[in-house]
Amino acid sequence: MPEKTMVEAIRDAMDEELARDENVFIVGEDVGQRGGVFRATVGLFEKYGADRVIDSPLAELSIVGVGIGAALYGMKPICEIQFADFIYPAFNQIVSEAAKMTYRSNGTWTVPMVIRAPYGGGIGGGLYHSQSVEAFFTHIPGLKVVIPSSPYDAKGLLKSAVRDPNPVIFLEPKKGYRLIKGEVPDEEYVVPIGPARVSRSGEDLTIFAYGMMHYYALQAAEQLEQEGYSAEVVDLRTLYPVDRNTILKSVKKTGKALIVHEDNLTGGYGAEIAAIIAEHGFNDLDAPVRRLAGPDVPAVPFSHPMQEWFMVNPEKIFKSALELARY
Amino acid sequence: MPEKVIMPQLGESVVEGTLIRWLVKEGDHVEEFDSLMEVESAKVNTEIPSPASGTLLKILVEEGTTVKAGTILGWIGEPEEKVPTEEGIVAEEDLSEMNQSIQTKSEAVASMHNVGRDRDLGFISPVVARLARENNIDLSLITGTGNNNRITKKDVLQFIEKSGELEVEPETAAWETPGEGDLFRPTELQFPDRFKSTQPPREKKEEQVVPAKKQTPVSSGDQIIPLTKMRKSIADHMVMSKHTSPHVTTVMEADMKLVSDHLKINKELFSRQGLRLTYSSYFVAATALALRAYPLVNSSWTDNGILVKNAINIGLATSLEEEGLIVPVIKNADGYSISGLARVIGDLVNRARSHQLKPDDVTDGTFSITNHGTAGSLFATPVINQPQAGILGVGAIKKRVVVINDAIAIRPMVYLSFTFDHRILDGSTADNFLAKIVSVLENWQ
Repeated sequence: MPEKTMVEAIRDAMDEELARDENVFIVGEDVGQRGGVFRATVGLFEKYGADRVIDSPLAELSIVGVGIGAALYGMKPICEIQFADFIYPAFNQIVSEAAKMTYRSNGTWTVPMVIRAPYGGGIGGGLYHSQSVEAFFTHIPGLKVVIPSSPYDAKGLLKSAVRDPNPVIFLEPKKGYRLIKGEVPDEEYVVPIGPARVSRSGEDLTIFAYGMMHYYALQAAEQLEQEGYSAEVVDLRTLYPVDRNTILKSVKKTGKALIVHEDNLTGGYGAEIAAIIAEHGFNDLDAPVRRLAGPDVPAVPFSHPMQEWFMVNPEKIFKSALELARY
Repeated sequence: MPEKVIMPQLGESVVEGTLIRWLVKEGDHVEEFDSLMEVESAKVNTEIPSPASGTLLKILVEEGTTVKAGTILGWIGEPEEKVPTEEGIVAEEDLSEMNQSIQTKSEAVASMHNVGRDRDLGFISPVVARLARENNIDLSLITGTGNNNRITKKDVLQFIEKSGELEVEPETAAWETPGEGDLFRPTELQFPDRFKSTQPPREKKEEQVVPAKKQTPVSSGDQIIPLTKMRKSIADHMVMSKHTSPHVTTVMEADMKLVSDHLKINKELFSRQGLRLTYSSYFVAATALALRAYPLVNSSWTDNGILVKNAINIGLATSLEEEGLIVPVIKNADGYSISGLARVIGDLVNRARSHQLKPDDVTDGTFSITNHGTAGSLFATPVINQPQAGILGVGAIKKRVVVINDAIAIRPMVYLSFTFDHRILDGSTADNFLAKIVSVLENWQ
């Protein structure tokens, strides 16, 4: 199997979906002639033309609004928000229109749309190019929220997202675009939206993570192994709707849960996982549920040392997990 | 409600600290955030501010003592306010485990509080509570290995696994009923083939020697000795005992001059009556006296409290050479004269060696003595015969040079090792008990 980077796998997924279904099209800033600022759409403009790979104005509201309208007409838009930080002008379209359309029309209309957005810090991006936005959208029924952590899942999940009749927020850990490599088969496959994946089996505690933090969690688990503790790692993959069974099954097994995300702690997505465990897995708990997350400061700092301070990394995960394992 | 003063954790990896100096005297007033004590941790001295305003009611940890972070060092509250006894005692227990140098308070008070008080189990997590409920487990039987010795899920699962094994093989469940186990079982049950001619055959199961699972040698020259029932029960009991009681051994030496003189004079006399007088009688007699003086030693740990036994029944571990050992019990050992003890012991030991002990002879022991000195051993750390609270190890009596009244003398000396259950006894009671034995032996009349 060829080894690919995450961004290559994402590009391949779109390439294959554009080829498979003529209703699929891409719209976003610099996605066409430029091939995307992260090169996620490189070559697609040349291959499928300006009608299907559309360079948009710098107006996220219109990117999503165009997507919703096209979707209502039976198209399958893939909207790219260049950085997740820029998604807020489109927030109203996503929350009040895309998410509610099926409900509002009593199931008559659907919005089969994907919104791709690179998210997350640790790339020296500072305030406007580092944000994690998942918690805003995992609060909204009517949306699906997906975050892959490997090239294989990125491709398989994106293809599922394109084919899904609901609006899907597809957040891509941009630090992992080229850092995370993995085998991706040439054959056609999809990864279903919904199930989480136990990416490493363990006995002593479970680390729940997604995106870049999942990649780090695996490294921390390796380190824990050397300390004599076996950590189970669960890659949540689909944040909304979340796979409760896999979460609770793992907590039942290990009795200890560490939830990791790089978004700010308070009101972050980890709170939902902690609540699920507390509500439905209380009798299986052998230690208080732990969250490891970005600090409650307004932004990922631009200064490198301060960015390091902000970012959750393998070492921080290891330390927190070790304390939990020893509890 | 008084406020605890605890040993702070001064760094992420710093787990203990040394209390260098109290900056406030017991009974003096201190303001919140005023310096209360000086603590050394990882070679750095730090002044620790007071956690509250009030009177330093009680100092639990002396200067110069090293304790774990989180240990209660003292209490701050309103003048004359009472220090919470429960937690105070807990702290003392923790301390004495962490640091043997710390003397417990007045032992009478401590033992009064200890009797009948459940062990502080610490934080019980939901899963531990659930597993205990589902499996009907008494958590106080489990030794915690988690943070601050809390009982973890793993501890419970291991405990269940162990008791599960016992259920699967009922023939090895000798220790399910404390005191009724194999070591206390009648010899005809333990060695049925010896009784075949005179006794009706017992259950088939009982007769079989448990064969080792694999007879194949591991490598050339190695061999596997099949486990006899006795070997297996000794193994089970020893492991169970070590898992059940926190063992602590204290050692003292005794000058056996007077005992040895007494023995020499009376040996001949006794032998005319058909009695064989040995040192064992003296050790049993001295132990019985000491048990009367320190009744807490003659006890068992139970869920409802410490069961202090009225009868003093002393088991005397008797070696059956390679077969193992058995512990015949001298009932009401405090009711015999030396000649009486010589008679009872002689009878029990003879019948033990010829495998003719009756069930009554090996049950109801409340304390045990093991005379490991017969083979020359000077002192040992014997394992408690559950559910008793202690066991006395008697070493070899050897002539040694000792100093008496600043003169050098040659005296027959013996080391006495006393292993005790630290759940029940603390160092000071244990030492007083052992000192009592020494004193009886040294002042033998």
